[in-house]
Amino acid sequence: MVEKVEKRAIVGWRNLALGCAILEAGSSTQLLTGTWRLQHPVIDQQLCNRCGLCYIYCPDMAIIKTPAGAYEHDLNYCKGCGICAEECPKKAITMVEEEE
Amino acid sequence: MDKFGVAQSQKYDVYASRLLPREEYFTSGHRSCQGCGEALAVRWVCKALGKEAVIAHATGCMEIVSSGLPQTAWMHPWLHVAFENTAAVASGIEAGFKILSRKGKWPGRLPKVVAMGGDGGTSDIGLQALSGAMERGHNFTYICWDNEAYMNTGIQRSSSTPYGAMTTTSPPGKRSIGQATWKKNMVAIAVAHGVPYVATASPSYVFDLYFKIKKAIETPGPAYVHVLCVCPTGWRSATDLTVRLGRLAVETAVFPLYEVVNGKYRLTVEVPKIRPVKDYFRLQGRFRHLREPEINFIQRQVTSQYELLLKKCEAAYPEFPVISHTEESQEGA
Repeated sequence: MVEKVEKRAIVGWRNLALGCAILEAGSSTQLLTGTWRLQHPVIDQQLCNRCGLCYIYCPDMAIIKTPAGAYEHDLNYCKGCGICAEECPKKAITMVEEEE
Repeated sequence: MDKFGVAQSQKYDVYASRLLPREEYFTSGHRSCQGCGEALAVRWVCKALGKEAVIAHATGCMEIVSSGLPQTAWMHPWLHVAFENTAAVASGIEAGFKILSRKGKWPGRLPKVVAMGGDGGTSDIGLQALSGAMERGHNFTYICWDNEAYMNTGIQRSSSTPYGAMTTTSPPGKRSIGQATWKKNMVAIAVAHGVPYVATASPSYVFDLYFKIKKAIETPGPAYVHVLCVCPTGWRSATDLTVRLGRLAVETAVFPLYEVVNGKYRLTVEVPKIRPVKDYFRLQGRFRHLREPEINFIQRQVTSQYELLLKKCEAAYPEFPVISHTEESQEGA
């Protein structure tokens, strides 16, 4: 998917819409910002009390609520800032270094 | 959930995250830095705006990171405009909708018109257009993302940069303390225009921000909301402290959260005990060079400004007289 975006990023002027408009709303989801990450969050579902503060404070919308009510990270978009780990009142989220 | 406006919000004392809407109008994959407080603020403001809104956005950090040409992170109809004319474009959109509605060519409700800009696009470059739009009384909402410098071009000072802060164009040294002027009081400028709704907000207090935006878009006439956005890159702070720094700014009274409805000041978040500004400065590299006497000087200024604000909140009379149009027509009839 990443390669596809890189190809799309070079747009010839013939393929541009009038006035350089972007016709598809919210198309930035094609760009996987998770590749920038230096550390990733790991959530301990036993400690988590489902308060949803991590969901509220995520600037990358990378926390998803599962149908069961648990919160999970979408590592395709998580940039690894660590706000969720800092704000978690139960300290259920820890940041782990990325390994190659 | 979309109808969860200001009126219903008065009924609740405690808010839980499950009360908030789930739809995202600002999508993942935007190119902001790690821990961007501005992206967090945009996310919640867009949720509060709801589906029916048109946004005119000034040049700035948020425009750069969210709309790199083949992609956009916005779900709303969104226009990128230059620094100078954000408010002018928004007033044009609003006037256009008004005419369409008057000619019967727009069925249904009119969408909300929102203008957004950074602190440079609001308090420096776009101030003239904003002042004009407020003075003409267009029915629009202006939201200022205040990260206290021109961050996307490399941290140059703006008139919104606080006293003593280090930026690349106000470097501290033997003969300089960093930024030599105080932060421009944009809220007071907006109040002086006689705007019916003016507020300050912070994404660290999400529910406060959410209902202030709801109130602003429901207000007929112009509204102005000033949002303090923590910028880890420009403030030289750790990325995981974004939300805590926003909270500390309120707790130390550097950036108190209040609203001005029809010229009447009211504190919305009352801090039980004001913390010393040192707690706030300690976590930021841009204030690293400040020594004890300078911090004491800033502390005195912050305290006196906060006391002045409290006096304004207690004042018996509003900042400007409010004449209701409905009462006038009743008297005439």
